[in-house]
Amino acid sequence: MEKTGIFIEIANGRIKNANYGMITAARGSNSELYAFVINFKAEKIKKKLYAHGIDKIIEIRAENDFEMAWNPVSWSKAVMEAMNAFDIHILLALTTGIGKELLPRIAAELDAPLVMDCIGIDFDKKTAETFRYSGKTIATVKLTGMDLLFGIKPNIIDAVPVNTDSVTAVAMSSDSIDSTTREIDALPETKDISALTKPEIIPFTIKTDFLKTTGQFKNIKLNKTVMPETSSSDNFSNVNLMDADIIISGGRGMKNRENFKILSDCAKQLGAAVGASRAAVDSGWVPYSMQVGQTGEKVSPKVYIACGIAGSIQHFAGMKTSNMIIAVNIDLDASIIALCDYYIVMDLFEIVPLLTKVISEINHT
Amino acid sequence: MQIYVCVKHVPDSAANIVISGKNSIDKSIPFLINPYDEHAVTEAVKLKKSLKKSEVVAVCLGTDDAEKTLRSAMEMGADRSILIMVATGQDSITTAKALKAAIESDGEPGIIFTGRESIDDVGMQTMFRIGKAFGFPVAANVVKFSIKGSKVTVESEREGGIRDVYELPLPCVLAAGRGLNTPEYPTFPQIVKARRKQIKKIDFNTLGIEKIGAAMEVVELKPFVKKRCPVEIKGTPLVAAEKLAKILHEEAKVI
Ligand SMILES: Cc1cc2nc3c(=O)[nH]c(=O)nc-3n(C[C@H](O)[C@H](O)[C@H](O)COP(=O)(O)OP(=O)(O)OC[C@H]3O[C@@H](n4cnc5c(N)ncnc54)[C@H](O)[C@@H]3O)c2cc1C
Ligand SMILES: Nc1ncnc2c1ncn2[C@@H]1O[C@H](COP(=O)(O)O)[C@@H](O)[C@H]1O
Repeated sequence: MEKTGIFIEIANGRIKNANYGMITAARGSNSELYAFVINFKAEKIKKKLYAHGIDKIIEIRAENDFEMAWNPVSWSKAVMEAMNAFDIHILLALTTGIGKELLPRIAAELDAPLVMDCIGIDFDKKTAETFRYSGKTIATVKLTGMDLLFGIKPNIIDAVPVNTDSVTAVAMSSDSIDSTTREIDALPETKDISALTKPEIIPFTIKTDFLKTTGQFKNIKLNKTVMPETSSSDNFSNVNLMDADIIISGGRGMKNRENFKILSDCAKQLGAAVGASRAAVDSGWVPYSMQVGQTGEKVSPKVYIACGIAGSIQHFAGMKTSNMIIAVNIDLDASIIALCDYYIVMDLFEIVPLLTKVISEINHT
Repeated sequence: MQIYVCVKHVPDSAANIVISGKNSIDKSIPFLINPYDEHAVTEAVKLKKSLKKSEVVAVCLGTDDAEKTLRSAMEMGADRSILIMVATGQDSITTAKALKAAIESDGEPGIIFTGRESIDDVGMQTMFRIGKAFGFPVAANVVKFSIKGSKVTVESEREGGIRDVYELPLPCVLAAGRGLNTPEYPTFPQIVKARRKQIKKIDFNTLGIEKIGAAMEVVELKPFVKKRCPVEIKGTPLVAAEKLAKILHEEAKVI
C-alpha cells in the first residue's frame, strides 16, 4: 500500500488544530497515513490522530532521547530520513513558519515538485489547488515526480474525523473546536476497540552524527531565536494571526498607535488576533508582523473585522479567503463595503468600544 | 565580491487579472519587479557600497518584456544584468537550474539575493532550489543582515514576530523579506545612468537545462470570487454592536 507522510505541527507543546484539516486532505490519498512528530511524545495525541485517520505515528527525536534543537536544515534532514526509512514519497505539512522552512528545503534536496498553500489535493490526478496572482485566481497545478510535496493552507480545509461512530463524529466537527490554538479537549469514546492500540507509535532516532551536516546540504547555524516579547507594547494580542478564528484589524482610520489599544481590548474579549493594513504599519503604529495583505500575512479566519480600512486590492489579497468579512467604516463608498458580508457605517471609535462592552457582558454571564 | 540578485517580472499587484484560455492570463497588464525583489536589490546595493571591488548583477528568467524589471533593478543601483530569455514562464525547478547556469557562466557568486516569494506564483521555493543547485546554504525571509569576513549573520522571521538568528558561511543565498530595508524611488540621474547599463541576453535553450522528470504545471486557472452580499447593520451604535455580537454568536459561531 502507498504511504503518505504528514508533518504534524506542534506549537507550545500542543498540536495545532490546523493539522486536522490537513489530515482530512491526506485521507484523499487512500493510503496509509504516517504522522511525523518531532520532539513530542505522541501518546497524548494518539487517540485524536487515530480519530482523524492516522495509521502510524513516527516519533522523531535525536539520539539518547535528546530533543532535536530547532534548525531548519537538520529538521528537514530528519524528515527526509524518516521518509526514506519508511519508503514514503508523498509529504504534507502546513504552510506555516515551520512548513515554509522545511518543505522547500526537502523539495530542493529531492528535486521534487512542491505546491505551497494548497486548498485541495486530488491524489489520483496528482493535482493541487492553490491561489495564484495574489488570491485573484485558483490554479490547479499538476505535479510530476518521484516524490510529491504539498504545503497545506492552514484553516481552510475542514477537519472531518473518521474513526468514530456517527454520533460522536458530529460532536467533533470543526465547529466544536473552540479556539484554534486549543486542542479538542474531550474526545468522544469510540466503540472501535482497536482504537486502544492504534495508531502504532514508532520511535525514530536520528543519529547525532547524521545531523552534522556536510557537503551539499551545508548547515546554517542557529545562534538564537528571538521571541516577540509578550510584555512589550508591540503585543496587541496573545493570539497568532495565522491561527486565529477571529481577526480584528485596523487601518489608517485608527489615526495613531495608542488607538490600537481599542482593538486590543476588543480582541481580548473576542479571543481574537489583531491585524493591520500596510498604511498602519508604514505609519509606524504597529509592527510589520501584524500586516495583512499581499506583502504581509495571508489569513483565512472565520471572521475578519476590518476597522478603518479602505479595502485596497493588496489588503484584500491577504484576507479575501476569510469566511465572514465585517467592515466598520465611516465612508459608504470605501471599496471594502462592496466586498464584505456585513458593514457598519459608523465611527470606529464609537462602535468598537461598545462591541467590546457587549462581548464582555456576554462573557461574564 | 560578485553579488547576484534574482528579480522576477510579475503582474502589478493592483492589476485586474483576466484569464485567457485554460491556464494562462491576459498579459496586456502592467508588469513590474516583484516587490520582495526590490528589497533584495536594495540590500545588494547597500552591501556593494560597504565592500571594495564588488559588483551587483541582476538576473531574471523571463520574456523580452522582463527587460523592464531589470532596468528597474539597475535604476536602483545594480551594475548590469542578465536576462535568460524564455517564451513562457517556467516552474521553479527549471527556473532555479537556469538561474544557476547563467550565474555560474557569468562569475563566482559571493552572495545571491532573492525575494522571499514571488507575488504571482507564491512558490516560496526558488531560493532553496538555487541554493541546492550551487550547494550553498539558504536563509529565508531575511529581515536583518550583516557581514563580517566570510560569515554573514541574518535574522529570519519565521512567524508572528519570531525571529531565528542564523550564521551562514559565504557563499550563500539570502531571501529578502519586508522589513530588511526600505527601497527608495530612483532619482532622475539614476534612471538616466541605468539606460546605459548592459543587459546580457541568454537564450534559455542554449543553457542545456535537462528536464529531470519532475515538474509543476498549471493545468487550469479559474477566477476566485467568493460571492458576498453586503448587508448593512443599522441602528444606534449600541444596537449595531448588539446585532454584531449576535451575528458573531449565532451565524459565525465564533463566540
Ligand atoms: C506592492 C504593494 C503591496 C502592498 N501590500 C499591502 C499589504 O500587504 N497590505 C495592505 O494593507 N496594503 C498593502 N499595500 C497598500 C495598499 O495599496 C493601500 O495603500 C493600503 O492597504 C491602505 O490602507 P488603509 O485602508 O488602512 O488606508 P486608507 O486607504 O487611507 O483607508 C482608511 C479608511 O479608514 C476609514 N476611516 C477613517 N477614519 C475612520 C473612522 N474614525 N471610523 C471608521 N472608518 C474610518 C476611511 O473611510 C478609509 O476607508 C500594498 C501596495 C503595494 C503597491
Ligand atoms: N523567473 C525568475 N527570474 C528571476 N528570479 C526569480 C524567478 N522566479 C523566482 N525568482 C526568485 O525567487 C524568489 C522566490 O520566488 P518563488 O519561489 O516563485 O516564490 C523571487 O522573489 C525571485 O527573487
